[in-house]
Amino acid sequence: MSFEWPWQYNFPPFFTLQPNVDTRQKQLAAWCSLALSYCRHHKLYTLDVMEAQESPVFNHKNIDRKLSTDAILIVFEELRKKGNLEWLDKNKTRCLVMWRRPEEWGKLIYQWVSKNGMANTVFTLYELANGDDTESEEFHGLEDWMLIRSLQALQMDGKAEVITMDDGKGVKFF
Amino acid sequence: MDRFTWSNGLLEMNETLVIQQRGVKLYDGEDKAKLDVGIALLSTHQLIWRDLKNNECCIAIPLSQIIYFEEQAAGIGKSAKIVIHLHSAPANKEPGPYQQSKFSYIKLSFKEHGQIEFYRRLTEELSQKRWESTPMSQPIPTATDSQTGRTRAVGIVGIERKIEERRKETDKNISEAFEDLSKLMVKAKEMVELSRSIANKIKDKQGDITEDETIRFKSYLLSMGIANPVTRETHGSGTHYHLQLAKQLGDMLLAPLEERGGMMVLTEVYCLVNRARGMELLSPEDLVNACKMFESLKLPLRLRIFDSGVMVVQLQSHSEEEMISSALDNVTDKGSLTAEEFAKMLGLSVLLSKERLLLAEKMGHLCRDDSVEGLRFYPNLFNSQA
Repeated sequence: MSFEWPWQYNFPPFFTLQPNVDTRQKQLAAWCSLALSYCRHHKLYTLDVMEAQESPVFNHKNIDRKLSTDAILIVFEELRKKGNLEWLDKNKTRCLVMWRRPEEWGKLIYQWVSKNGMANTVFTLYELANGDDTESEEFHGLEDWMLIRSLQALQMDGKAEVITMDDGKGVKFF
Repeated sequence: MDRFTWSNGLLEMNETLVIQQRGVKLYDGEDKAKLDVGIALLSTHQLIWRDLKNNECCIAIPLSQIIYFEEQAAGIGKSAKIVIHLHSAPANKEPGPYQQSKFSYIKLSFKEHGQIEFYRRLTEELSQKRWESTPMSQPIPTATDSQTGRTRAVGIVGIERKIEERRKETDKNISEAFEDLSKLMVKAKEMVELSRSIANKIKDKQGDITEDETIRFKSYLLSMGIANPVTRETHGSGTHYHLQLAKQLGDMLLAPLEERGGMMVLTEVYCLVNRARGMELLSPEDLVNACKMFESLKLPLRLRIFDSGVMVVQLQSHSEEEMISSALDNVTDKGSLTAEEFAKMLGLSVLLSKERLLLAEKMGHLCRDDSVEGLRFYPNLFNSQA
């Protein structure tokens, strides 16, 4: 299934940061949703600003428009404010993109667990993310850091407990 | 040499010494003066020469007496000289070493060099004319003055007389300088008459003249324009002047404004108005002030200042909403527009068309695409489609 671009993607002004405040808000909102859905479609968890600049999201070759680095940073900052992005370094060159926030992932995992009646079972992280049982689930292939964060979010709610095992980490659901 | 007066060699209160040079010998024209070698002193007000041995022997000449001066290079067995040409001595001159001289110039012969620096300083002083800005206090009349029995302007009366003389001089200079201009003004009126008669002829002979000629005549008429311009002379100064001016502007700007789609940049107005006025030119300031009066006079014109600071005169009927909606319509029609394209469509200046687009953008009706291809404006789909 190929990625479906929003209508804005073919609209040249989309790639110029709008000076009008109202217009800019709408523009940024569109950018945020585009960036997130693109990452989701391609299962991207980390982004490099320099690389992002060249990626088709921010560089539309067909209409010869690209979003400037400054504008990309503004979009990323907007995503950060919404809790969908975290910077990996102070210079803001790399970031984690969370097209689902940890709590949302946690919820998904927990739903799967309760649906299959596997509460009070212990899983290794590898089993959860890469095991055969979860192949059809959305969280299949979730990166470790993200998985841990989602489980930690569950732990906060008292629905799971992350435990350290001999060869890595495991989790027990309640 | 007869221009020199005896001096005590002392400087006055507001006089300062500029330079002094030893080993200077004076020449009365081409002849050596009957004075020895001495020191030449240049102050802000006068040129002083003092005998090297006999300090009592000291003579001076005010710098205002100097017409011009020139250098004379040194030769074999000859020192470098400065030749100073002088005005003839005033009638009430105080006595000096020479009663009369057949020369109207003197020479300073520099036996011990230093002429280059002296020449430079002298040039400076003569160009600055510091003796004019800080006049020397009148010397207290000495006994010798009363003995010779000459009347001299002394004290305040003297100063007043001097000021009066100077004023007359300036007056004369000014009236001479502007004589040509007033002649030109008279001619300008004739030209206006001429333009009127041409206009009438065009009216009478409509059809006889080709269109091309008519256009040329019209442009001449435009350059001659207003027969009786409102000026500061006829309408005083300040608000009243600006009011009258605003009324006149209101009359004359209506037609050109309508031609140009209801809006003109103030600079364009300025050029047009001054071309029409011919001689009685307006200052930019007066124009702005007059334009500010449009509203209080209830004239159908308005001065409008855009956010960018650009000032325009526009027809009152030419409202903002109309401008914005016309900009939006045009952009929607074409899909997108640059300021240049928009200007061509409306026959406006690029500056104005851009202002309109920016205004529409500010109101959220348009959005921009700023790329290497230039700044283009699009309908604001962010607002309408989201």
